Order: sequence, then C-alpha cells, then structure tokens
Amino acid sequence: MRRGILLRLALVALLLALVLRPAWFAPIFAPFAPEGGPVIYDRASLLSLSLSHLGLVALASAAATLVAVTLAILVTRPAGAAFRPLSRTITNMGQTFPPVAVLALAVPALGFGAGPTLVALFLYGLLPIFENAVTALSNLPPATMEAARGIGLNRRQRLLQVELPLALPVILTGIRLSVVIALGTATIGSTVAARTLGEVIIAGLLTNNTAYVLHGGLIVGLFAVLIYDALVRLEAGLSRRMGLAKAA
Amino acid sequence: MSTRNAPAVSAPGLLFAVLGLAALLAPFMTLAANRIVAGEGVRAWSMAGPEATLPGLAAIAAGLVLGLPAAWPRLRLAGAALGLAGAVWLLVQGSAALLDGAGDYARVSPGAGFWCLLVILALLMADALSNLAPGPLARAGLLAAALLGLATVLGSGALADLSIFQEYASRKDAFRDAAWRHLWLAFGSLAVAAAVGFPLGILCHRRPALREALLPVLSFLQTIPSLAMFGIMIPLLGWVSDTVPGAQAIGIAGIGFAPAFLALVLYSLLPVGANTVAGLETAPPAALEAARGMGMTPRQRLFQVELPLGLPVILAGLRIVLVQNIGLAVIAALIGGGGFGTFVFQGLNQTATDLILLGALPTVALALVSAIAMDILVDLASPTPERHR
Repeated sequence: MRRGILLRLALVALLLALVLRPAWFAPIFAPFAPEGGPVIYDRASLLSLSLSHLGLVALASAAATLVAVTLAILVTRPAGAAFRPLSRTITNMGQTFPPVAVLALAVPALGFGAGPTLVALFLYGLLPIFENAVTALSNLPPATMEAARGIGLNRRQRLLQVELPLALPVILTGIRLSVVIALGTATIGSTVAARTLGEVIIAGLLTNNTAYVLHGGLIVGLFAVLIYDALVRLEAGLSRRMGLAKAA
Repeated sequence: MSTRNAPAVSAPGLLFAVLGLAALLAPFMTLAANRIVAGEGVRAWSMAGPEATLPGLAAIAAGLVLGLPAAWPRLRLAGAALGLAGAVWLLVQGSAALLDGAGDYARVSPGAGFWCLLVILALLMADALSNLAPGPLARAGLLAAALLGLATVLGSGALADLSIFQEYASRKDAFRDAAWRHLWLAFGSLAVAAAVGFPLGILCHRRPALREALLPVLSFLQTIPSLAMFGIMIPLLGWVSDTVPGAQAIGIAGIGFAPAFLALVLYSLLPVGANTVAGLETAPPAALEAARGMGMTPRQRLFQVELPLGLPVILAGLRIVLVQNIGLAVIAALIGGGGFGTFVFQGLNQTATDLILLGALPTVALALVSAIAMDILVDLASPTPERHR
C-alpha cells in the first residue's frame, strides 16, 4: 500500500515535470531527435495543449454522462420498456464502431477543429455509460426496493434517494471506461486540427522526430493511467460507503 | 394511446416512421463540381423525374409503415429490407440523373437524408431482430443473406457513379493492399495474442500469485492511448532493429508494420488473458469434483472439463480483441503501418470526404460483421443456448 502511494506520487511528479519543465528532459530525449533538430516541442506550450486536451475530454464526458444516465433512467421506467431491447442492440453494436471511424465520419458532417472531436467523443462516450447505468438500474436488490416502497417513498424519491445512489459505483465504472477511450480518441483528434496533446506526437511522426513522439506519448500515457487509477479508487471508495462488499 | 399489455403499434416503430419521413425531407444526395468542394444538397423527389423517384419513395414509406405493428416482428424486418431497397433504388436513379450533363469532374454523393434513413432503417431492423430473438444458426443465415445482398449491390456496378466508388476505381490496387494489410494487422495480432494469452491465462488460473502480479500490468497497458502506444513502439523497435542482428532481415523496423503489430498484440493480451482466467473459473465446483472423482489428471480436467465449459467466455474475449484491433489498425496508418487508415488520413489531409469514407466505411463494416460473427460463435459454444443478448 505504502509503495503504491509512493509510486503514484512519483508518476504525478514525473507528469508535472514533463508538462511544466520540458527543458529538463532535453538530455534524455536528445538521442532520439534527428541530428541538429529540435528536441523539445516548442510550437505550443505543453501546458496549454494538456489543458485543452483535458478540457475536451471533460466536456464530452460530462455531457455524455448527463445524456446517457437520463436515457438509462427513461428506459428502465415502465413507460420506456418498449425501447429496452433496441437500446441493448444499439449499445452492443454501437461499441463495435471504431472510435477513429466515428471521428473521421464526424469531419464531413461538421468540418475540422474541436467540434467534430467533441461530437465524436460525446457519441462514443454515451455507450459504456448507458450500458452500465441500465445494468445497474435494472439489477437493484429487490429487498431494498421493497423496503423503499414500504416506507412510502414515491417514484421520484425512490429514484433519487435509493436507485441512483445504489447504481452510482457501476455507473462510475462506465464513466471510467468512457473517459479512458475519450483520452485516447482526443489524441487522434489532433489529425482533424483539434488542439490536443496528439499534436506533439503527430508532429514527431511527420518530421521523423522520435523525441517528440516519446515526449507526447509519455504525457498522454501518464495522464490516462493516473486518471484511470484515480477513478478506480473513487469507485472502490464509493462501493465501500454503499456497503457493497465487492470492491472494484 | 394503447393498452399496456398489448400495444398494437410498436413505440420504437412509430419513432422510426416519424424520423424516417423527416429524413426524407433532408437533402438525399449532394452534387459537387469536383471531388474537393462541398456539394449542394438535392431532395429525393427533385433528383429525377417522378417515374424514377416515386417507386423508391413509395418503398421507403411502405417499409416505415410496415415497421409499425408491434405483434409482427417478421413483417417489421421485411419492412426494413424494403425500405433499404428503396433507398438504394433512389441512389442509383439519382446519381444517373444528377450526373447527366453536370460536367466531367462532377461528383454525386449520398447526402444527410440518405445516411439518416440508413441509420433509421438499420435500427428498425435491429429492433425487429431483437424481438424475434433468432438462434445462432438463424442469425448466421441472416448475416450471410445481408452480405450477399451487399455484395450483389456493390458488384452489379449500379452505384459506380457515386463519388466514393470513383475514388475506389482510381486506387483499386491500393485498396486491395490496404484491405489485406488491415486484415493481417487485425487477425494476425489476434492469433499471436491468443497464442501467448491462452497459456498465460491458464498459468494465471493455476497460480493466483502470478495473476495478482500480471493482470494489473496488462490492464495498465490497455489504458495507454493508442497513438501514444504506437509512438512509443517506434524507438523501441528501432532500437531492436539496430542492435539485434537479423532483426532487419525479417522486417523489424522502427516504423511500419512491426510496431503497429506489436502494439496491437500488447493491447490484446488483457482481454484474452483475463477472459481465459474468467472462463476457466466458470466450471462449477461440482463438475470439477466429479472429474476428480472419475480419476482425471489435472491435464485431463483442464482440456475435458474446464476449457469446454469456459469456451463461451474465452471466445467473448477474442471478440473484444478482434473488434478493438480492427478499429485500432486504422491508427497504424499514422506510423506507416498501412491498412484502411491510409485512406482516412489521406482524405483528412486533402479534405476529400469520399476518400475518408473509403477508409472508414469498410472498417466499420468489417468490425460489425466480425462482432456479429463472433457473437454467433459464442452462442454456439454455450452449453445451454442463451437467448439473444
């Protein structure tokens, strides 16, 4: 446990240094740069690229969470039951669409820039969250639901005070999956002129500058791993609080 | 509107009918002066004379209406097929009529209306199918029929006037190479991942300590964004090809096929390994006890009891990997790995929409067909056939 915390702190420190003080790493990356070429990406500040990257992901994931959970609530009510089988098929088949293809298909419809990236991240992010929310909302412990009815809670109160809190850890798992996919897809978004960290990697690939590729790749990879890890711990904490024995 | 027990009109069917008719109001095709500029939208009924457009429009409207009755999923399925046929008819008639006298460089493409209708009719089909819940063999038959229909339409050359097929015609050889490369990347990495992942999964199943150590590492690998992973493979394999004698001779280089392939294999190890472990654990203790009682050796138990019982879960892992790798192989094009991604990124660079589609549509179709085929295999492998998922 202790070692885990130290490792995480070290990774966070490494990430911050890579983003804020790129010049420190020049000697390490120098062997990978072409002869006499630049070692550290300087066409944009890595901090602003990181912020724009994380901003895109946060915005898309927040919107996807809102819409997906609302849809999941509708589909799990008696009135929306007719849409259940359809929604399962859509989530099952929709997730086979490659994220890159969704991104590429959004460009003809929306043009270049942050717009299509945002839409692709949003659309793709809906599916895992919706799937998990539906699963969670339809597998609530019957005894608890019976008790909630028994103490006279109406439908709205049951939803807000019982069903959603109980479903939260599983919904959060969906959000985690969707955030990790979004982080990766946003990287590719730089090929359609969205400002993300992918810019550094793509610039490296285009100019055969492996130093850029490595630098950008390390930053994106560290962000993804650390965010994933933080969300896993959040889920585990919530599950414990809900008194659900199984930690994620 | 209807009684709760037996609604006469399917609610999704009603939604599709409304959306489908609305989609008909949107431009069905676009006509552009050349392959780069944005096209101008043309509505379905103004593409050609009424004798050409009316049958198509009627088929689409009839298909959407057939999608309404909740009690007859077969009729709804037929309605979806009829609607699709109508949409293709309109494309064929529209492209010929619009190109007539429009100039040598003019391009026609399906417009927003067509794509929306395609999605709506596909959803209608999916909804009818999920009500029918056909068994695995029936689904295999339907899949084969759908592929045959698609091949007939594409092979007949009736759509050859469309811009995307003109892009195809001018790079037939490149397309074939890209298709082979894409299949190699996706299926080759699947085979390697299976060859490594199965034994690894079996070892993890036997030794919990190894599982505790290995699975977190694999899930860590899975988290790394694909572009970063592909990028990091470049210096790694570049170093291998420079230092290991003979590596260059077998095609290992910092850029191209090898790093893409290796990255895909690394991504595949978690789903294969974790699902093998999960699959082996599905064997009920009573079955294992019985196998022990019959005097089976651990090896016999593994091959005759645990593996057959775990097969559906293991196959489900392979499905995840296959679909994931077909998608990720697109990104391989960025590091010179080839595949359909070549067209996607070329198209993005030239802002040539149809070139993007030429790369993206086959990828999506490949992923969908693979997913459906693997789902059928999973069902066939289940000892007690599950209902359609």
